Amino acid sequence: MSEPTKRAGLFDLRGVLAVLFAVYGLVLTVMGIAATSQADLDKAGGINVNLWMGIGMLVVAVLFALWVRLRPLTVPERPESAEQ
Amino acid sequence: MHLLAGADLRLDAAPIDYILLAIYFVMVLGIGALARRSVSSSLDFFLSGRSLPAWVTGLAFISANLGAVEIFGMTANGAAYGLPTMHYYWIGAIPAMVFLGLVMMPFYYGSKVRSVPEFLLRRFGSFAHLVNGLSFAAAQVLIAGVNLFALATVVNLLLGWPLWLSVVVAAAIVLAYTSLGGLSAAVYNEVMQFFVIVAMLLPLTFVGLHKVGGWQGLVDKITAADPAGAAAQLSSWPGTNITGIGNATLSVLGIVFGLGFVLSFGYWTTNFAEVQRAMSAKSMSAARRTPLIGAYPKTFIALIIIIPGMIAAVLVPELAAAKAGVQNGVTYNNAILLLIRDLLPNGMLGIAITGLLAAFMAGMAANVSSFNTVFTYDIWQAYIRKDKPDDYYLRVGRLVTVVGCLVAIGTAFIASSFNNIMDYLQTLFGFFNAPLFATFILGMFWKRMTPLAGGLGLIAGTGTAITVDVLNRQHVLNLAGQGASFVAASAAFVVDIVLSVAVSLATRPKPDSELVGLVWSLTPRDRLRHDDTGENAGWYRKPAVLAGGVLAVTLVLNIVFW
Repeated sequence: MSEPTKRAGLFDLRGVLAVLFAVYGLVLTVMGIAATSQADLDKAGGINVNLWMGIGMLVVAVLFALWVRLRPLTVPERPESAEQ
Repeated sequence: MHLLAGADLRLDAAPIDYILLAIYFVMVLGIGALARRSVSSSLDFFLSGRSLPAWVTGLAFISANLGAVEIFGMTANGAAYGLPTMHYYWIGAIPAMVFLGLVMMPFYYGSKVRSVPEFLLRRFGSFAHLVNGLSFAAAQVLIAGVNLFALATVVNLLLGWPLWLSVVVAAAIVLAYTSLGGLSAAVYNEVMQFFVIVAMLLPLTFVGLHKVGGWQGLVDKITAADPAGAAAQLSSWPGTNITGIGNATLSVLGIVFGLGFVLSFGYWTTNFAEVQRAMSAKSMSAARRTPLIGAYPKTFIALIIIIPGMIAAVLVPELAAAKAGVQNGVTYNNAILLLIRDLLPNGMLGIAITGLLAAFMAGMAANVSSFNTVFTYDIWQAYIRKDKPDDYYLRVGRLVTVVGCLVAIGTAFIASSFNNIMDYLQTLFGFFNAPLFATFILGMFWKRMTPLAGGLGLIAGTGTAITVDVLNRQHVLNLAGQGASFVAASAAFVVDIVLSVAVSLATRPKPDSELVGLVWSLTPRDRLRHDDTGENAGWYRKPAVLAGGVLAVTLVLNIVFW
């Protein structure tokens, strides 16, 4: 039961999160710019919620992408038993 | 405006909102399919092959708990009671998470057990193991049904889908990804859900505060709405409104001992649905950091869950009226839905709906993925079919996942006709945790504690909690508010400890040699340490530093919101 398992199989979640927030961020930013009615603005006390959240999500997407770039996933060489 | 409260909750979802929702669930299923490639043994399936990095397990650790009960319950508490609700986080979660990471995780991870019941098997033998394994498995599969039912109710309320349709669709999605990718798929989806939930809560908090006139505006409006009760809602201590205990000193005692110590330590340190996430971490260092890393976002999530609740109670006319005593069918549980309806435009609305549905499903997936592990390892492998090859247990695990989801669907349909019974069951299952913590803590630090004491203590403690609860429901005891569960849990804890000590002194303990790695005084200190070189190096990865940091942040927040 304690034999080392194949590690390389599990993919990097950070890439998935970058994609999700890039898509969401893009959609919201476009909606914020192109499809925000006066009623939407009144609802939120004058704040363009879609635009701000869209930009925020794009920033999050970039941060995850940068993290993947700077600290790529490595397959550990040490066997499992190196640690207690 | 006071009529048809149910219909008022219908959200104006546009096609774009459904598209955003669909994108999310395509990714959820994609994660399940991708994670399947890494499943080649039962340990891969049930514990992700103990290979996950600490930030993933840390976020999954709090996300598994960020389900229906928390999101609706804590915004509702925020709307009803205000700032004292913060105790559920800063007193009722953070100290327990720190304790798990610093003190208990070395035993869990170091002993290589695959589940919390398995630790009981090694420490106390089959009696305590069976008591805990069976009660945990039953509780998880029934709570999965409760989560499923809650999800279907919300989908029905928001989008108008019939209950049975959302129950079946949601169960099918959860089944698809948990039976394919096992715990890895569940954990990855929990992390993704965490970020979407935060993306939902942030605009509600900031736009809400903007509309209400900032923090001062919120304070003024709460004071204007209820001049007499405002003071209790706007300072977190002594929290008499949330405990229902009139005396300030006793109320603080109830919060600190009942909620902070017994209930929360019981939940966070012994509930396998939580601990499983930490056990799937890739090293002892990562396992210890799991609850500590989770504690940081947990500290701040309190703010973006509870403050929107408080805002909803003054900003949404129907809820404000309901709080002032008008019977209009709106309840505090509707707080977050009403705020979403009133603040968010299409687009962001779709992401908010996605976040809510994802949270419910992740809650159910956490129940199912801990149920299948305990059932396979602790019931099937331990007592029914021993010594089969590993791929046999992997197949059993997948099959049990299917069975678990089917039972959950059944439970959801039962819940739809007996709503109150399910509420009660959920409270009841909460009572298993308090005596479990007592048994664990005594068993880990007192080598004299005997196997019989382990089993009897659990049964007596749970019985005590149920008795106190029934007495209170029959009005023999008179505890209003949340105080009843604090008292029930505290009584269970004390009875478990007293009975365990008495039984231990009268029966024969296990020999010391069998308790190495399970009891503090018999475990060599270097077995409790972890490797701090390579990717575990760095001062900021030291558990003690992480723990000190989060306790300091919590202390500061407690003072700010005193």
